[in-house]
Formats: sequence, structure tokens, C-alpha cells
Amino acid sequence: MSFPWADDYKPKSEFMQWIDTRLPLPRLVYGAIGGGYPVPRNLNYFWNFGVLAGIALVIQIVTGIILAMHYAANAGLAFDSVEHIMRDVNSGWLLRYAHMNGASFFFIVVYIHMFRGLYYGSYKAPREMVWLLGVVIFLLMMATAFMGYVLPWGQMSFWGAQVITGFFSAIPIVGEPLRQWLLGGFAPDNAALNRFFSLHYLLPFVIAGVIILHIWALHIPGSNNPTGVEVKAPQDTVPFHPYYTAKDGMGLGVFLILFVAVTFFMPNLMGHPDNYIPANPLSTPAHIVPEWYFLPFYAILKAFTGNFLWIDAKLWGVIAMFGSIALLFFLPWLDGSPVRSAKYRPLYRIFFWVLLADVFLLGWLGQAEATSPIVLLSQIATAYYFAHFLILMPIIGRIEKPLPLPNSITEAVLKGETKTGAPAGREKTGREAIETPSPIIPAQA
Amino acid sequence: MVRILGPLVGLGFVFALIFSAIVTPWSSEPESAVHKFHKESKHLTLASDGVFGKFDRQQLQRGMQVYREVCSACHGMNLISFRNFADLGYSEAEVKAIAKQWPTEVPSINPDTGEAATRPGLAPDRLPSPYPNEVAARAANNNALPPDLSLIAKARESGEDYIYSLLTGYSRAPANLPVDARPGRGLYYNPYFANLNLAMAPPLTTEGQVTYGDGTKSSVDQMAKDVSAFLVWTAEPKLENRRRTGWGALVFLLIFTGLTYLSYRNIWADRKHART
Repeated sequence: MSFPWADDYKPKSEFMQWIDTRLPLPRLVYGAIGGGYPVPRNLNYFWNFGVLAGIALVIQIVTGIILAMHYAANAGLAFDSVEHIMRDVNSGWLLRYAHMNGASFFFIVVYIHMFRGLYYGSYKAPREMVWLLGVVIFLLMMATAFMGYVLPWGQMSFWGAQVITGFFSAIPIVGEPLRQWLLGGFAPDNAALNRFFSLHYLLPFVIAGVIILHIWALHIPGSNNPTGVEVKAPQDTVPFHPYYTAKDGMGLGVFLILFVAVTFFMPNLMGHPDNYIPANPLSTPAHIVPEWYFLPFYAILKAFTGNFLWIDAKLWGVIAMFGSIALLFFLPWLDGSPVRSAKYRPLYRIFFWVLLADVFLLGWLGQAEATSPIVLLSQIATAYYFAHFLILMPIIGRIEKPLPLPNSITEAVLKGETKTGAPAGREKTGREAIETPSPIIPAQA
Repeated sequence: MVRILGPLVGLGFVFALIFSAIVTPWSSEPESAVHKFHKESKHLTLASDGVFGKFDRQQLQRGMQVYREVCSACHGMNLISFRNFADLGYSEAEVKAIAKQWPTEVPSINPDTGEAATRPGLAPDRLPSPYPNEVAARAANNNALPPDLSLIAKARESGEDYIYSLLTGYSRAPANLPVDARPGRGLYYNPYFANLNLAMAPPLTTEGQVTYGDGTKSSVDQMAKDVSAFLVWTAEPKLENRRRTGWGALVFLLIFTGLTYLSYRNIWADRKHART
């Protein structure tokens, strides 16, 4: 089963047919990469970011495998081995800077991809599984990025590991023994570094596996689109190739220009100077801050300063930090509105932009010193974050009056082009337009 | 179900935050003395700045001379080998001579007895550390540890600006400086240092402290600039190579992106505006 408009795989040569009847691998690959996969014709540039995320992962895996050939996962050697890569390995500086900034660009791309999903309601039925698998990928990425940041064994590596693994000690009773068991010691040391390296090498391949599931799940209902109205007829779609391969190619070009500009001309822009100081368990840096892509979650962690109910502040922080991501798993069911795209959701749209601003604010608060106004602001911003997903989204879905939806993607495209509007007849309100299939619009070209 | 439990969980978090906000005392910290007297680094302009910048090799050689004759007495540079000095424009013979005449000898063993010994440096050797170990380094420096300088330009906020400012920034402690921020014994006032009091004695003090081979006048300011430039190189020896490769990659990508844009326009030409 796949997307109703998808073409079945037809072997082009006898050889492929011979393989396909014995092992349907060509069929699987064809389906997975979206061959013969018609895509809504109205996707905008925000739909480029899924492909870009995949490419960012490939860049990370390729540079990472080569770096691993030169890196020494040993607390006594790690720091110098990274500098050995920077200085003595042929083009080692390029591999290392590309890998370091590649992680940041991977997160930039994935964050845009996620907010696109939030804006256009891509998490809603029938695409819940695509969203859930996406959240799993996001969690795996965070784990991988954290462990990767520890590997150079600089000051921020060490103290970052100290802080993050300290989360486990917030768990009552079993916390401290659990933390020691996970670290293989009382503090991050050689044992921890070795297991982090092992997992940092393993997880990207797990991510690649989940990405295959993510794309597989996507190819059953097909892509969402900026109107949020399902594909209803063949004229609503174009074949993925060459239309979106060309568009993705251009998107890739723009992405690589930005990636290259940062990697070659300001490679330490998103890094931290302290990580060029070798790890020293006896000297704590003045400010321990995580990488930029964790800052909003770090702000959430720090916002809880009171022992509310029977739970102490530290545990609240840890629960909230994990909860802030875990709640994304429930998003498809928290949002009761049948209308997908925020384009037709006047009320939700406002809150979407507030959420985006809130996350940026949390990111800024995450790196700020914890003075009283900053702490209070973090508490407000964190409260909004949770309220947005857990309280406001169910309410908005109930009270909002959606704008009239177009009858079809084609109608929306033509309307946008001509301004006068295609003869669409009566415009339907949100719920009606999604649930009643409209008659196929005859092709007029 | 989710739409009922979700808001309850959400309210839980919101109440915990309101509770946190109420119980956390509001502390308006007065501006600390350190904060008031601390200065932002001065900007240092170097030939290697900017996206087209290249090292001024003459300056790097002078900076190396300052490091060798002044800094290396206390600060190691364990990521740099003598052979790397070839990048500063020295010939192979000159590199060998620099290694051989380095103020500190390289640790070795006596080939007859196996006892610890030292020998003159060779081109492939890393620069020797001034102290055999951390304890010796602290013992000689009033319990402060002089950091290794290989990466210092990347390991400090503002990099070369900071180094230059620190080297030229020593001054008398201002009269209105509070007592607890005044330099203690063996400490020196420097407003560019994080806590104002630095264990390093002013290293560059008099004009002519170093006699430059190229005849440049060795003022304190000049020596500080030169050694900062040298430390930029030690932190990032592949800087020029990186930018050169970067320009090649950018030009290629601009052409690539231009072509993909044209092909995108071309492929979509029949779809974007047509009624199919």
C-alpha cells in the first residue's frame, strides 16, 4: 500500500525484473526514495528542509567516519588527537570543522523542518506516524550531538557531560547509582568517553534507520502541502522527479553556500572558546553553557527554582526539560482542529508566531546569567511553552472559526496566480472541505 | 483523553513555575567592583584578519622571536613542532638551527645509562616545555600555572584582541579600587583580565627587550602585536589554506546554484502558471 496516486514500480530491464521477482529490493528502494511518487504541486520552499536534513546526516556520517580513523577515544589522548587532526592530517581541519558546523546546520535545518510541520499541521491525521518518528529522530539527534560534543574532551565537553549526566542524579533513590553506572565512574572520565564514542558512532545509523521509517510512513498518505487540503485529483500533483528534484537541488545549493561560508570563514562562530582548553576536572569554567541548539531546553531546566509539591526543583527542571520534548508525541491528539494549515486558522496562526518568538527567547535566556530578571523571564517563557502545547492548542481547536478552505490544491494555486479566482462554486468551511471529497476538477489545459 | 489530561499536566507545570517565581527571592545584585573596572579588549588589526587575510610572515617571525626570548621561559607550546616553523618562511637549515639553539633542551635519555637527560632540539620535536611537570610550574610561579599557548588565541574570548590588550594593559591599580579587588602579593593589576588581578608579571616592559633581526623597532606595543599575530598562527596554522579552499568551494557552489536555479525555472515553466 502506498499513496493512492503513486505509480507502481515497473522494472525497466529483464535483469531488474529477475531480481524484483526474487527479492523485491528494487521495489522497496523505488518506493522509499519516492520514484513514481506524485507530490502536491504547491509545495513551498519550506518543504526543502526534509531533504536537506537527510543530506546533513550524510555529511555528518561521511566526515565522522573519516574523523574516527584519526581520533583517539581516550581521556589522555582525545584532546591532542583532535588537534592532530586539525594540524597534521591532510585536510583534517576541513573534516573537523565541517563535522563541527555540520551538527549546527543539521539542527538549523531540522528546527525549520519541525516548525514547518507545526505551521502547516503536518502532524495531523493521517500523518501522525510521520510526526512521531520525527520526534524520535530529534531525540536521537540530541543524544548524538551531546555525546559528540564530549569527544574533543575540552573544558565544555567535560563540564557539559558533568551537567547533563547530573540530570540522572535528580531521580529519587536510584538517581546517583544510576548516574555512576551510566558514566562508569563518579565523574566523566575515560570509561564515559569510551562509551560516548561508541554510542556517538552507533546512533547516526539508528537515525538513518528511523529516517527510512519516517519516509516510508510519509509515502503512505503522501506529503502535506501549504493549503493542508489533501490531494484529490491527478492535476493536484506533479511527479517528484524532475519537479522537486530540481527544486531540492537548488535548495541544496543555497544550503551548501551558507554551510561553506560558515565552515571556511567563521568555523568557531557557534563553538565556545573554553572547548579549546583541555578538560580539567579541578577547574570549573565561569559559565557552563550547552551548544546553541540545546539552549531553549537549558532555559526550561533552569526555570524551575522552587520545590513544588513533593518534587524538588532540580527534578522539576529535569522532568520539564524532557517533558518539553515528550509532549510533542501527543501533539496530533492535543490539537483537535480538523484544519491543518495555519493559513486558514486565524487564531492558531497568532499563537504559532508567539511560540516561535518564545522559543527564540528561551534560547537567549538559556545562555544568559541567572540574575533575578532573567530567571523570572525564563519562568514566564517556560510557562508559555507548556501552556501553548498542553492548554492553548486543545482550546484553540475548539473555539476557533477557520477561514474557508479551497476545494482543491489546484484551485488554491490558480487563485493565487490569477487573483480573480477559479470557478470554485461555494467555498466550504474548514471541517466540511476536509471531510467531503470534492468532485475532480476537469483538466482545462 | 489526551485533550483532557494534557491541560492538567500543563497546569501542573504552570503552577510549579508560578510557585518557583513566588518562592525565589528577588536579588538585585549591585554591580561588582570587578565588573566596573573590567575593560573590553582593544581591537588589534592583523594582516590575517578578514576573509582575504594572509599572514604577514615577517611579523610571525618577529612574534616567534618574542615567544622564544620572553614567553617560552614560562609558557609551553606543546602542539607546535620546530618543523612547523617552515610555514613562517624559514628554510630547512634555518629550522634546524632554531631547534638546535632553542633556549630549553628537549627531554631525552642517556643512551648509555638510560637516565633522564636532555639534548638539543631537532626539527620533528615538539617545542619543549619550560617545566618538567605541573608541580614544578606552580612552584616556580607563586602557585599559578602558566597555560600552554598553542591554542590560546582560540581558547579565549576575543582571541588576539584579548592577548594584545592583556600584554599592553598592565597599569597601577586605580586609587578608587575597593580593597578586596586590589592585587594581593605576587599579583599584578590588569583591567583586561577577568578578575583584574593577574599572576603573570608584566612580560613586555622595555623597548628593545628583543632585538629584531629585521630591524623593526621593538617597542612594547610592537612586540605585543607581533606575538599576538604569532599566537593566531599557532592556534590556526591552516588558516590561509582554509580560506583559499573556501573561496574555491564558494565560487563552485555559486555556479552550481545558479545552474540549478535555471533548471528549476526551466522545469517548472510549464507547470507553475498552467492550468493542468
